[in-house]
Amino acid sequence: MEALVIEGTQKTPSVDFDPKKGELEIKGRSIPENSIEFYKPLVDWLEEYSDSTASKTTVNVHLEYFNTSSSKCILDVFKKLESIHKSSNEVLINWYYEEDDEDMLEAGEDYESIIRVPFKMIEIVD
Amino acid sequence: MSFNINEYYTRLSQGDVLLAYKGSITSELINEVLEAVEEKLEKVNESGKTRKKLYNVLVESLQNLYHHIEVTHEGIEEDLDPKFAVLVVERDNDQYKVITGNFIQSQKIQFLKEKIDKINSMTKDELKDMYKFILNHQKISAKGGGGLGLVDIARKTGKSITYEFYPYNDTYSFFNLTIEV
Repeated sequence: MEALVIEGTQKTPSVDFDPKKGELEIKGRSIPENSIEFYKPLVDWLEEYSDSTASKTTVNVHLEYFNTSSSKCILDVFKKLESIHKSSNEVLINWYYEEDDEDMLEAGEDYESIIRVPFKMIEIVD
Repeated sequence: MSFNINEYYTRLSQGDVLLAYKGSITSELINEVLEAVEEKLEKVNESGKTRKKLYNVLVESLQNLYHHIEVTHEGIEEDLDPKFAVLVVERDNDQYKVITGNFIQSQKIQFLKEKIDKINSMTKDELKDMYKFILNHQKISAKGGGGLGLVDIARKTGKSITYEFYPYNDTYSFFNLTIEV
């Protein structure tokens, strides 16, 4: 299966999903007016990936900002990862947040409390 | 004396204004506003924390307007751009204020009042629980996050959201929302 690579824009994050290595990265800003349009290809890709996962899947989420409309779509992405994890696959979500950005740390903890996948909170120090 | 949009706008624009706008709320306009405010905050060396909070509040309030204001307003005589709203960002001592104004059908006032009053009455932990509940249980629509915007704003600012409704005509009122960051 093909990698999913999307370049970032002013309102949408860059995406780099590598199915062979099992490394998935979402990075940047996620503040589009229509989040469903942006996130649907990601969820569809994960659906396909769930049939042929790498031995370990590591997800790096490194968001500077996201809007509430994206927050639901991000949950949908995590729910797909949860079902991959449920089928006895190793999955880890690395949630990056910048130093002192308590809001972003809390956002990560919100997801951690909803989704049954191991999370690791990683503070980025300048 | 009924509500006058120009007087209202002039009154709002009197403080230490970073940005004042009245007109159509489009996706491009949102980009421009975010860029302009970001630039100004960088110039005054505002702390990263405040910058991020203000940015978040701006995104949510502008996108709330974008998704919910009506394109045209029947019976309003003034020459309004489609999807008309007002936005002012100002500095007020050591904090910022984001003020938005838009016409809404008066029949929606009660619903909005109750919603904002409820949000204002909640503690930080209650807001967190409400946010998580909506996030996990409500279907997302093309219109956005299913009512998460105001909850998110209250959570991030930790302050009450202030509102006024000015009667305009038989159908419409003007809704003024003030958020302190």
